[in-house]
Amino acid sequence: MYIVVVGSGRVGYYLTKALLDEGHEVVIVEKNVDFCKIINDELGGICVRGDGCEAATLEELGTARADVLIAVTGDDEDNLVACQVAKHKFNVPRTIARIRNPQNEIIFKKLGIDVTVSSTKVILEHIQEEVSAHPLTHLLSIRDKGLEVVEIRISADSKAIGKTLQELVLPPGTKLALIISTTEKPRVPTNDTVIQADDRVIAIVSAEFEEGLRRALGKE
Amino acid sequence: MKVIIVGCSRVGAYLAEQLGAKGHEVTVLDTDAYSFHRLSTGFNGRALVGNGLDQEALRKAGIEDADVFVVVTQGDNRNVMAAQIARHIFHVPRVVCRIYDPLRQELYDTLGLETISPTVVCADMLQEKVEGQ
Repeated sequence: MYIVVVGSGRVGYYLTKALLDEGHEVVIVEKNVDFCKIINDELGGICVRGDGCEAATLEELGTARADVLIAVTGDDEDNLVACQVAKHKFNVPRTIARIRNPQNEIIFKKLGIDVTVSSTKVILEHIQEEVSAHPLTHLLSIRDKGLEVVEIRISADSKAIGKTLQELVLPPGTKLALIISTTEKPRVPTNDTVIQADDRVIAIVSAEFEEGLRRALGKE
Repeated sequence: MKVIIVGCSRVGAYLAEQLGAKGHEVTVLDTDAYSFHRLSTGFNGRALVGNGLDQEALRKAGIEDADVFVVVTQGDNRNVMAAQIARHIFHVPRVVCRIYDPLRQELYDTLGLETISPTVVCADMLQEKVEGQ
């Protein structure tokens, strides 16, 4: 495919490298003369100095025959305009824009930009995933006994789901003190209580066995 | 009329004063509070610090019930993006934006934005002067 990349910051640089490796024909447009030189020295003469939002510059690059234009400058407004010019002046079939402010996703979509990539959103989602992958929260330390009171959220893929307390193999000395389920009132579990997804379990565990408890109630 | 002006540039400040003096309800938005020094002490509108691309700031400026939205920051791309947000997200009845680059102006004109290119206007006037001599 013939791909025009607008902006040669870090994102543009590594993106172009990857696209070249995959065998695509790539050209970068960059305003900054120093960045242009670096790219041309390292990746071969594929960087053209110019404003990727200007129709005249894009025309020089043969944008009319481009399959994709990817705008990855650091400014949302520049990325928007580069994509709009590509789309409306040169009928580029696919335009991709990087956006910084996740709020801008809506206006970009409305204006016909095919794909938006929000680094802010991607990072945020990864962090949230990481956080929910470690669903153990410390509530209280009973220091003189070396005990911790913790809350564990039973995730949908937990191997404890459907098992009774009796069937669970827990680290020595661990006590499940309370179960707060989404559907019922909080209750003190008995040996026959069945663990369900989304339950919040309040447990008392020695500090050294915390990881074991997390594993016992975590995923397969 | 309720008018929002984004960019307290020389043009923005001058326009704000003129419209304010005519009794319009004017709000000027700029990212730099220093730019408000261009407004005279007699200015009877509101001056707000905020980014014209930020929907939160635009709401604070009262975009939801504005009649006219004028965007005259120094950046063409910023202007067209703000104008398109005003038009497509907030549906302001009248949106006018400044675009220095004549080619970009032509494009956004065909996309239905009301645009003014000072480059074209000024060059045309100068040409008239030159040829009129």
